[in-house]
Amino acid sequence: MNTLYLEGTEDTPTIILDKANGILEISGRSLPEDSTEFYKPVLDWIEAYAKDPNPSTTFVFKLEYFNTASSKLILDLLYALEDIKGIKIQWHFHEDDEDMEEAGEEFSELVEIPFEFVPY
Amino acid sequence: MKVIQNIHNEMKSEHLMLAYQGDFSQETVKCILALGERTMALHSEDSVVKRKVFNVMVESLQNIVRHNDASTETQRQFPAIFLIGREPKSYSIMSGNPVSKERVPELQTALEGINKLDKDGLKDLYKNIIKGTTLSEKGGAGLGFVDMARKSGEKLSYDFPEISESYCFFCLKVNIPLVS
Repeated sequence: MNTLYLEGTEDTPTIILDKANGILEISGRSLPEDSTEFYKPVLDWIEAYAKDPNPSTTFVFKLEYFNTASSKLILDLLYALEDIKGIKIQWHFHEDDEDMEEAGEEFSELVEIPFEFVPY
Repeated sequence: MKVIQNIHNEMKSEHLMLAYQGDFSQETVKCILALGERTMALHSEDSVVKRKVFNVMVESLQNIVRHNDASTETQRQFPAIFLIGREPKSYSIMSGNPVSKERVPELQTALEGINKLDKDGLKDLYKNIIKGTTLSEKGGAGLGFVDMARKSGEKLSYDFPEISESYCFFCLKVNIPLVS
């Protein structure tokens, strides 16, 4: 599979989807003008990956901020990941960012995927 | 010339740190966010407050851009406005933009409903909306107001004064208390 790499900007996150090296990560800020358009290639990549995944998959979220339109797409990403065997989420949050921690907890309540919470 | 000092005094008496009126696009949103972040850094706000204010700013600003259904002429006559106020105990994020009269009842219903809910009620509403919805054509999820209410911890204040035959000016104010 091709690697998808999108460099982060002031309003879009960094995306690293690298099957060969087992790195699946979204980090930074997510407030794109059109989140459906922005996240489409990410969703497409995950759907293709799900057909032939690595034996175990850790998807890393290291978000500083995401707007509500992005939160819907993040849930869509999680739904796409849900059926992958050996999937787990690593949800990073700044140690004093209760809102980000809580957001991760809420996502974990909406999908059947083990979440690991990692403060930094 | 008087207008300079008038606006200066008005902003002082209303404790406004930032005021912008004009065209709103993703680009202006990014500029205003950067200004807001800079201003909060100058005031040495703690990171919890900074984050909440930033969150509410984004939702408020992107709502203006996304839900701008006014005709070009109406936008020209009644440009949207965005304000950040800072009082000793709280920040207020305020916005005003023209909306067609047909949209007022649905906005009012949504805001009234949100204001009736407590913390847990808002959390449940958020989860229900996010699970059940597809993004609208405009890319909204119906989550913005709920998120603003959750970050604020207080009721949202709003008003819809009439500005023309077909439009009202949707005014929204969200408070972020400085001491939780």
